[in-house]
Amino acid sequence: MDLASTVQWARAQFALTAMYHWIFVPLTLGLSFLVAFFESIYLSTGNPEWKRLTKFWMTLFGVNFAIGVATGIIMEFEFGTNWSNYSWMVGDIFGAPLAVEGIFAFFLEATFFAVMFFGWERVGKGFHLFSTWMVAVGSNLSALWILIANGWMQFPTGMAFNPDLARFEMRDIWAVILSPVALDKFMHATSSSFVVGSLFVVGVSALFLLQGRHLTMAKRSMAVAAVFGLISSLFVGINGDESAYSVAQRQPMKLAAMEGLYDGAAPAPLVLGGIINPMKNPGDAGSDFLAVVKAPGLLSLLAERKLGAFVPGINDLAFGNPARQIVGAKERIASGRIAVRELASYKEAQARGDVQAAAQSLAGFKTHESDLGYGYLKNPLDAVPPVATTFYSFHLMVVLGTLFPLLFLLVLYHLYQGDIERCPWLNRASFLFLFLGYIASQAGWVLAEVGRQPWAIQNLLPVGVAATPIAAGNVKLTFFIFLTLFTALLIAEIGIMARQIKIGPED
Amino acid sequence: MIGNLDQKTLQDIWWLIASLVGSLFLFLTFVQGGQTLLFTVARNELDKSLIVNSIGRKWELTFTTLVLFGGALFAAFPLFYATSFGGAYWVWMLILFTFIGQAVSFEYRSKPGNLLGAKTYEGFMFINGSLGLLLIGAAVGTFFTGSSFVLNPYHSVAWQTPFHGLEAATNPFNLGLGLFLVFLARTLGALYLVNNLDHPPLTGRCRRAAWNNFLCSLPFLLGVLAGLLTMRGFAVDPATGQVSMEVGKYLHNLLAMPLVAMLLLAGLSGVIWGVISVRFLNQDGGIWFAGLGTVLVGLALFSLAGYHHTAFYPSVSDLQSSLTIHNASSSHYTLTAMTYVALAVPLVVAYIWYVWRQMDARKLSPAEMDGEYAKELY
Repeated sequence: MDLASTVQWARAQFALTAMYHWIFVPLTLGLSFLVAFFESIYLSTGNPEWKRLTKFWMTLFGVNFAIGVATGIIMEFEFGTNWSNYSWMVGDIFGAPLAVEGIFAFFLEATFFAVMFFGWERVGKGFHLFSTWMVAVGSNLSALWILIANGWMQFPTGMAFNPDLARFEMRDIWAVILSPVALDKFMHATSSSFVVGSLFVVGVSALFLLQGRHLTMAKRSMAVAAVFGLISSLFVGINGDESAYSVAQRQPMKLAAMEGLYDGAAPAPLVLGGIINPMKNPGDAGSDFLAVVKAPGLLSLLAERKLGAFVPGINDLAFGNPARQIVGAKERIASGRIAVRELASYKEAQARGDVQAAAQSLAGFKTHESDLGYGYLKNPLDAVPPVATTFYSFHLMVVLGTLFPLLFLLVLYHLYQGDIERCPWLNRASFLFLFLGYIASQAGWVLAEVGRQPWAIQNLLPVGVAATPIAAGNVKLTFFIFLTLFTALLIAEIGIMARQIKIGPED
Repeated sequence: MIGNLDQKTLQDIWWLIASLVGSLFLFLTFVQGGQTLLFTVARNELDKSLIVNSIGRKWELTFTTLVLFGGALFAAFPLFYATSFGGAYWVWMLILFTFIGQAVSFEYRSKPGNLLGAKTYEGFMFINGSLGLLLIGAAVGTFFTGSSFVLNPYHSVAWQTPFHGLEAATNPFNLGLGLFLVFLARTLGALYLVNNLDHPPLTGRCRRAAWNNFLCSLPFLLGVLAGLLTMRGFAVDPATGQVSMEVGKYLHNLLAMPLVAMLLLAGLSGVIWGVISVRFLNQDGGIWFAGLGTVLVGLALFSLAGYHHTAFYPSVSDLQSSLTIHNASSSHYTLTAMTYVALAVPLVVAYIWYVWRQMDARKLSPAEMDGEYAKELY
């Protein structure tokens, strides 16, 4: 069995399903709150125009929600099907948030979704509004638990390794739930999704303005969405800075790849934009960029909160830097191999009932336990994520994220001036930004997941060990089935959305 | 308080919780059953719309319960999750594919611009309600008949057949259980529609469908019961943890756990009464008897598989690789924490019950299919 090939296909399949899933989730998270805002205004004003408007956006929400559910179920079960060793080794910790998500979030969504769509005539107005809010809360609670799980993968905490069972076990659930990385990820992912939802509403409304249709409805929708989007996008910026600081402290290799920083520097410059040298490998002497614009010293300030501070580069982290007291992957691999060997000896000694040898091996293992994950890597370069993908996805996300509040401000200004339907350039830009929102959101996840390679669990479990030992052909075949199925359903979803937008709000 | 419970008690509790969630899922497969009835009891587009919009208000609950079943098993019995999903790869993948199709079908079926056409989405629904349930039944059947896998000292699974789980569907017992689930779901679906719809021509056909599908399920039910009570089972020595084959193991389990025997009898009686009351006494509420009965039967089956020193996910390739609720479970800390979380389940059940009552207080009628809100319908 070619396990390396299996791992590559398992990664490709997980990336595929995650990226498809993330096409639909941000809109669900953002639009659910916007629909709740619209319905709240309807209830407080009693104006039927707001009800009409609510129902229009609710229809689009429903279409998007269904395919989000369809793609989401795969994610949970893929941990078992494609990452069975992972499921055993960390299931004691990772399974809990998924179960909690089911209990606290999914049922909230599932139960109140039916009321939201079919309860207009079956429940009172107040209860209907409550249901709409519950769908929004449930959707975002779902994000909370899955991001707690993801945050733990990026920054494992509150656990210990059990050598008898060869798995990690939870020791402090509050450390897992309240992990700063988990909370950062939750706030960043949800607030950026609010931006995507707002851009969607602003973009579709702008299309109506360009077509001269549903003007009142479009401007009302735009006003609410632009305010929500502006607040959210400003928060995304603030929280993004905090997230990057957290990465610098806990995943320095990811930060180095984000910045294309091969050799650490003090002070370290921030790359504002550039073209990565595709021929460059860690340890090579060539230049890092083919072209680059840098802001001197700014990375030190952002990553370390200190002017002139040293920020380690890829080479420092891969090969070590004694002058800066950085233990590199090279050294940790050597230590990790001892941990792997001692663990095997421990289990063998246990199996033959040799208590003394088992105790000796266990002591040896404990000495090198913190490097266990590195013991499965072949060489230091294995510890380096794909630099170009990480770098470009990060910078694309940041550049687009910077533009979004400006768009919302412009929209609000022209709404205030009362001349937005006479600004076709702005409406065209708003429609274009609908798609840019998705691109920024996808780029964010590419950065988060590609940037932490090769780790399934940061520093503890590389993807090569986490995968299911199954012939690659099986995973390859399911990859293409998913690709075909999801692509067909995406086209169908876009087709339905486009038709609903063309129909517009019903009288 | 919960933290003071010993590991074995927590493992027993979590097997019960997982079994309950799995059994509730079996009840909620009335949605899947209703999906397949589209092709038999619906005579025109109005009938189809009524059926789709009736079960369409519950499909997410079924879906979510399945996801929770997976999540509960992952959290409480991660070795099962790793072994079964990673090993029986294809059977689970095929089940997942059928649920992907189902999840979009309600929403997309009647919407303009849906690319594939209404018939295709109805086809997705049928596949989910037939093949999907058949495979779930086959997968559950392996709890009794075993699977071909070996675990290494690091608990990594090596499946011993190239079919990765699909071979389960060739075992007569597993196949019988799968077909029983398919016909049971159709029976439940028909009972649910009788209770939820106000359209006598259609509900009349549903009453007959409930009876006919129940009759179809009987041979498979009897076959499964006969097999269960006579087959060799996977016994665990409580002192050493060694697994061995035992003739009449599940019969012994039933005799040793009278409560389980009572659950099974009460459950079967509930299903039978539910069907008879709808078909012959012209009552509408049979779904509640049959639903509760299904939950009880499910609980009995899972109890037979997991309790009383039994391997619930046995290996026929290497008996000592078999999984029990004790060697497959999470740590004491995690089970304790999750048990505290599970205390919230009654609250969840309470609001589901309240909303269900609110939404179903009035039956769905043809008048609603072209009323003010018709465009929001499935």
